[in-house]
Amino acid sequence: MELVQNFPFICIVFSLTCGVFCAVLKGNAAKRLCLCWLTLTTLMSFAVLIYTLKNDGYYIYRMGKWNAPWGNEIRVGVLEALVATAFSGVMLLSLLGGMHHIFTDCEPEKTNLYFTMCSLLMSSLFALIYTNDLFTAYVFVEINTIASCALVMLKSSARTLVATTRYLIMSLLGSGLFLLGIVILYGITGELLMESIADKVREIFATGEYSLPLTVIIGLFSVGLAVKSALFPFHSWLPDAHGSATASSSAILSGLVLKGYIIVLIKIFYRVLGLEVIVAKQVSQFLFLFGILAMIFGSVGALRERDLKRMLAYSSVAQVGYIYVGIGLHSRLGMIAACVQILAHAITKPMLFIAAGGFMDVSGGQKSMSAITGAGRRDPLGGIAFTVGALSMIGIPFFAGFVTKLELTQGALESGNVTMTIAIIAIAVSTLLNALYYVPIIFNLFSKREQDEYKGLRVRYRVDYAVATVVFIALNIGFGAFSEYVVGAVRRGLELFGM
Amino acid sequence: MPDFLRNLVTNYYETAAMILFGIGFTTLLTHRNLIKKIVGFNFMDSAIYLFLASKGYITGRLAPIIVDSNTDPSNYVNPIPTGLVLTGIVVSVSVTAFLLALTCRLYDKFHTLDIDEITHLARKERD
Repeated sequence: MELVQNFPFICIVFSLTCGVFCAVLKGNAAKRLCLCWLTLTTLMSFAVLIYTLKNDGYYIYRMGKWNAPWGNEIRVGVLEALVATAFSGVMLLSLLGGMHHIFTDCEPEKTNLYFTMCSLLMSSLFALIYTNDLFTAYVFVEINTIASCALVMLKSSARTLVATTRYLIMSLLGSGLFLLGIVILYGITGELLMESIADKVREIFATGEYSLPLTVIIGLFSVGLAVKSALFPFHSWLPDAHGSATASSSAILSGLVLKGYIIVLIKIFYRVLGLEVIVAKQVSQFLFLFGILAMIFGSVGALRERDLKRMLAYSSVAQVGYIYVGIGLHSRLGMIAACVQILAHAITKPMLFIAAGGFMDVSGGQKSMSAITGAGRRDPLGGIAFTVGALSMIGIPFFAGFVTKLELTQGALESGNVTMTIAIIAIAVSTLLNALYYVPIIFNLFSKREQDEYKGLRVRYRVDYAVATVVFIALNIGFGAFSEYVVGAVRRGLELFGM
Repeated sequence: MPDFLRNLVTNYYETAAMILFGIGFTTLLTHRNLIKKIVGFNFMDSAIYLFLASKGYITGRLAPIIVDSNTDPSNYVNPIPTGLVLTGIVVSVSVTAFLLALTCRLYDKFHTLDIDEITHLARKERD
């Protein structure tokens, strides 16, 4: 076994350890440890990505060298490594970009806990991406839930407390359903490793037994994970939680946490239950339908919002809708679109939230539309970042968001019939709505009618914020310019999923 | 007795578990009192553990602890469901602790446990 094959395991376990160390260190030391570790995990995940691309395959890492039915496994392929690299990098940049806010928003003696929670969150995201065992997935889903709720809560105000409570309650409902799904699936198959379950499910499906339990299981998994990833109509908790948290938390929650659950859902659909079962049970139609509704109603919600961060949160609801539409097309192109959207949104939305945090700095800590008028002139770097992000969200060519829309439209065209018509109309309407709320903000940001008290204010850039925004902008444009490599890697990764 | 009812009665553990799950789920979703929500959450999780434990038990078989030469696997039950229940209990204990801590802070701030009222008060604070 080569050294690089151990990296995913090291990423998962040592992120947990890093969290433990952060809990006993002082704020600044914890920050340094966490940032160093995230840089390392990004590099390690990148090394794994190069390794899997070079070998053009996947490998299974057995924990403690126990063999298949008894041991716990992680599976590393191109797609997993790609997503892990992106998530780890975005986590690092989100922390850097909002660093100043973390130290002002948290109580001074609790800043180290923020980094504890980030490390735990990163560990659980790695585990969700890599794990090959359903029950491990459940345990890390719960760690993910607790850590992300704590990230919202660490900015202590009445608003965040209430938002955290609602977030936690909805998440627990979701994980309850998810756990029940796993338990019933274990009841009919007697296996917990994904490949073994897939074999059993194929047998069971061929004999036609347990038809009703299979339907129930698919329903439980879909609804449970849809609640946690804020698919319309289960999105009511999201704007409060993402809108009231500190800048880094909003970025991490919107960009990464929602996607973690969707990746679990994709793995369950394609590696556990199998495409034929999903198609036969017609569950993808529902996901498709709710995805379409999310695209429209998320954008409408954003259009009505006068608070910048809450508006971005509603926009996340719409963007999650795109992912579910991709999954709902249940074709290879649709899945590619969904995975590309996971990556594109993961690098775009955190940039917008970090820029929004920068605007709040130069607008007296406020985030209403009137307060941030002209904020792009007071903080030009943030203004440029927000513009790039907004254009990407609208789907202008050469930015990340365009790649998704292109792939999704291709997927829809391939599917033919009614689905195609609905999907294309929805994409067009959603793009229009996106433009309707993002373009006025861009104009507003660079408007000269600033409120008097902020007139002439100029930001003094901190290195971490500047670095984060510049790298985010570069990533977004790079993603748009070199999209064929990303799409190629995603396609190869999905082929390795057995699609 | 129709088949459907007979199945429910034969698998009475599973039936009970599902009823309890339903009670817990609706309490967690719809009840206004935070403490009762937490109780509901514990109901829901315990119901799943009951389901899992009853699935793992086979009447007349022993726990798989080998003390004598009795090594025939057909004498023992599968230990994995029990292990899963244990793991699940650990998870739900930690989540319950988190929820209770959150409830304490909310109560300190608003002097009520009613989630609707708390939401209302928090909104007023914003304006």
